Amino acid sequence: MPLGRLPAWLLLAPALVLLFGVFLMPIGWFLVSSLRELGTLADIREEMEAVLFSDTIGRVILNTNGIGAVVTLLVLLIGYPVSYALSRARGFAFTLILLCIVLPYFTSTIVRTYAWMVLLGRNGLINQVLLGLGLIGAPLDLLYNRTGVVIGMTYVLLPYMVLTLYAAMKAVDPRLLQAAEGMGASPGQVFRRVFMPLTLHGVVAGVLITFILAIGFFITPALMGGPADIMIAMLIEREVELTQNWPTAAMMTIVLLAVTLILYAVYSRYAEPGQGELQR
Amino acid sequence: MMGPVLRATLLKALVVLLCFGLLAPIIIVAIASFSGDGYLKFPPESLSFRWYERFLGDPRWRAAILNSLFIGVMTSALSTLVGFLAAYAMVRGEFRTKRVLASLLLTPVIVPHVITAVAVYFLSARMGLVGFRPWIAVAHTVVALPVVLVILQSALRTVDPALERAAMVCGCTRWGVFRRVVLPLALPGVVSAALFSFLTSFDELVISLFLAGIRAETLPVRIWNSLLLEVEPTIAAVSTLLIAVTAAALAIDAAIRRFRGGGALPAR
Repeated sequence: MPLGRLPAWLLLAPALVLLFGVFLMPIGWFLVSSLRELGTLADIREEMEAVLFSDTIGRVILNTNGIGAVVTLLVLLIGYPVSYALSRARGFAFTLILLCIVLPYFTSTIVRTYAWMVLLGRNGLINQVLLGLGLIGAPLDLLYNRTGVVIGMTYVLLPYMVLTLYAAMKAVDPRLLQAAEGMGASPGQVFRRVFMPLTLHGVVAGVLITFILAIGFFITPALMGGPADIMIAMLIEREVELTQNWPTAAMMTIVLLAVTLILYAVYSRYAEPGQGELQR
Repeated sequence: MMGPVLRATLLKALVVLLCFGLLAPIIIVAIASFSGDGYLKFPPESLSFRWYERFLGDPRWRAAILNSLFIGVMTSALSTLVGFLAAYAMVRGEFRTKRVLASLLLTPVIVPHVITAVAVYFLSARMGLVGFRPWIAVAHTVVALPVVLVILQSALRTVDPALERAAMVCGCTRWGVFRRVVLPLALPGVVSAALFSFLTSFDELVISLFLAGIRAETLPVRIWNSLLLEVEPTIAAVSTLLIAVTAAALAIDAAIRRFRGGGALPAR
């Protein structure tokens, strides 16, 4: 039953009030009133240049992009075969693979991070196994450094990639692959010349969503990283919690927000309609 | 060139290995939580409930469970109600700004939670709302709303508008159509939405971290605070509780999907 214009807006009103009052307005207010503490527009510009081009922030932005890029690449390399298998599996195998992706996906980020902290510690399972096999002489430092951050974030972000890729792979008409095979293409050629081009937009969407989420990450790098692995979201939290330096926090928020929204706009063009945006 | 059989076997082995890697950390923590040893060892040398006793015996952890439940249930109710109205308008309504609105309503999942958290904290600190549980639930509702919208929009798309029109023609009021036609048909989706918005809140850390103060610590916030000090085994027991809640929610959702279709997860 089609709705008139008025009832549609009436039904949307509560959601829009919430979105405005507890999301858009607070972000806007926080940014504007924090920056206003600095004085005139010229002062703000000067201060922004000083802060954003300082060595500390430069390093943090470099860290954020570096960790984001490495994690995104790893997630793609691991996620692609899993998604492929999921898109091909039927029956019990499908349920089993889906469970392996979905259970971690919906488990709290802090729990997943803790699980890896237990595994990667000096006395953790991984070091115990490696020592037991005689592969290493002394326990490896896998936690509180870049390695720990990358492993933890890759684990946390993997399900987003898999579900995005799966949406694209499921949409491929199997008859196209059969047709290519029927005309004499080898399995490798079918994959490279038919399947891959048809799922490329899914790869782009998956890479973008993973990178967007990675650069805004906070929990995993804060718990698993060392002093050299500070990412921008952690710095925002520190400026607010420790030093109550609202203007600096606002400036970094603008940078992170701008990058996120630009990448999201690009992502929206590649995502399957109604897919990929699922949850959290 | 590899033979196709060898290639398929290798892919299968790789996928099995990766899937095992995905599930293993969660299972290992769950098993280690039943350890009777002085520190977290895997495999545990003896089994006991000592970490659960310590977890449930501590009044601060118990308070955290209650806070998490309170905020989770309230978030679930609020976001499912608000989300249902919005989803219905998005599916049935015809207006020009629909596409823009659809993207706008989803932005809270894309914008890093730290930004939302800091901004809402900025507002709350000035209004004395830090540590006020209903307010944390309202903040959680904003990040749970996109989840609810995705689930309910797809559930409502399966409701045939012709059925609604037919009920109208037969003399049903708009409210009657909603109560007797739309709601029953979309019910599996509504239950799914309620479950997943509860999980979103129950698992959420960053926003709670800023808004909880000392009065309203949730389970993830307590875990965070104690992890900053040390990786103590009690947290394995707490984590296992959170994993069990997630698994239960997924099981209920799967049962609903088997029964009626229209759940949250990708169907074949």
